[in-house]
Amino acid sequence: MLDNSPKFPALPAAPGVGYKPQHFSDILNDAAPVEWLEIHAENYMGDGGRPIAQLRHLSEQFAISVHGVGLSIGGETELDADHLARLKHICNWLQPESFSEHLAWSTHDSHFLNDLLPLPYTKATLSRVADHIDQVQEVVGRQMLLENPSSYLAFDESTYAETEFLDEVAKRTGCGLLLDVNNVFVSATNLQIDPYAYIDAFPLARVGEIHLGGHDEETDDHGAPLLIDSHGREVADPVWTLLDYTLERSGVRPILIEWDANIPEWAELAAEAERAANALQKVPA
Amino acid sequence: MNVSQTTFHTALLDPSQAVPGGLSDGLGQPAGSRFSVYRNNVAVSLTEALELSFPAIAKLLGEQNFKGLSGIFLRQHPPETPIMMQYGAAFPDFLAGIEQLSHIGYLPDVARLEQAVRVSYHSADATPIDPEDLQALAPDALASARFDLAPSVRLVRSSWPIHQIWAYNLEDGAPKPTGGAQDVLIHRPEFDPEVIPISPGTADFIAAMMRGEMLADANESAQAAHDTFDLSQALGLLLSAQAITHITTGDD
Repeated sequence: MLDNSPKFPALPAAPGVGYKPQHFSDILNDAAPVEWLEIHAENYMGDGGRPIAQLRHLSEQFAISVHGVGLSIGGETELDADHLARLKHICNWLQPESFSEHLAWSTHDSHFLNDLLPLPYTKATLSRVADHIDQVQEVVGRQMLLENPSSYLAFDESTYAETEFLDEVAKRTGCGLLLDVNNVFVSATNLQIDPYAYIDAFPLARVGEIHLGGHDEETDDHGAPLLIDSHGREVADPVWTLLDYTLERSGVRPILIEWDANIPEWAELAAEAERAANALQKVPA
Repeated sequence: MNVSQTTFHTALLDPSQAVPGGLSDGLGQPAGSRFSVYRNNVAVSLTEALELSFPAIAKLLGEQNFKGLSGIFLRQHPPETPIMMQYGAAFPDFLAGIEQLSHIGYLPDVARLEQAVRVSYHSADATPIDPEDLQALAPDALASARFDLAPSVRLVRSSWPIHQIWAYNLEDGAPKPTGGAQDVLIHRPEFDPEVIPISPGTADFIAAMMRGEMLADANESAQAAHDTFDLSQALGLLLSAQAITHITTGDD
């Protein structure tokens, strides 16, 4: 059990971007307004070569957030000890300013499914997720941030609202939270809840980082809107509006732009980061 | 109704199965096609991971065939690690086992070449020896020498012209493959693996050195099998490829 008090974010309360190797030279040349970078931990788990050399180089100039996408914290079975050791290793040599993972599962029967799969919000899930986070924080030796998922369906068996569930996990484990505002908008649209009410209920004091990304619009069997968290385009306007609403209540936070598919030229990504910088500037001190 | 991860997982990988009960759209209606978002994410993301690692195979098969084969592969061989740069090590052998592909005999070996390039790309950095360390050895010491090769050094042997086929599919202006067996050496001077065709004698020699044999023995067997084998050329190649990281001689 770690210290329960909320911690100030170690990343700067400024825009960051998900790092893509094709932007390496652009970033070294002129990263403004981007002040920090996030990497997917699993992409830097090779033994050597260019990915690790680039990351080492960038970490000398930028604050780094290590974002895991494969630990399966919500998995019904034990955490993969080898994978946990790899996360510890990367945090040890890189000494990142932040480490985060997802409220999701992705491994079952030793098969990794490469997607963030949904969880029922029940007492049993809560106790399992809290145990796994205790284990992660103990092994990695630092506080982690837990990210809210984007949901396409709901479990009939759920007895907690997602915000209640995250609040309870954070209280039990002392972990911080990563608030993905696009995920809030996507889930709220898909499950027909009010995204503003979700933000009102979210324990914002525990938020160490905010994520923003683009989504695609589809429809379900009944013609209802079904948003897909694709990270393949610019952040949608209603998500920026929801960000403003969030920042008014949370105060400034590190904000990450995620763009993982159809990766744009640096200028287009930097323009999204500029928009995040503007949103931060509007927040009263 | 409670949905276990076993139930979810099974339905995820088998689109012919019904969507598990107990999942809804948030208003109490069955989840239906919403479950397909997860099915699709899994299949598409794993197919993309394979395509990234096997670009020449993707080109050779064409988009539709590659997608279809990936769909079969990912269900037979789901990843056993979250490290996607390692996914697909079983893909070459899988391709070799597909009867409908048996008329494209070179496909598994081209996949083995791509797999070796990928492993080389992510392998540990290593410091090569100073070429003079080798050149300065007395004849007896040279004969007894064993090499440690850099982790990025890989050898792929084939009875097909795999280097030509690989280059033809990935490089602009590469000539059309003309046939014949090809052995290929992969090495990584700094960050980008280089892929070079080598003679069968040189491949025999390097394979023997990789197994930890003494230079004299490796040379003798390469000479015996290929009378054109040239030891000094093979050593020059390994030095210029920065492939040797340590020499152990009989005296050590």
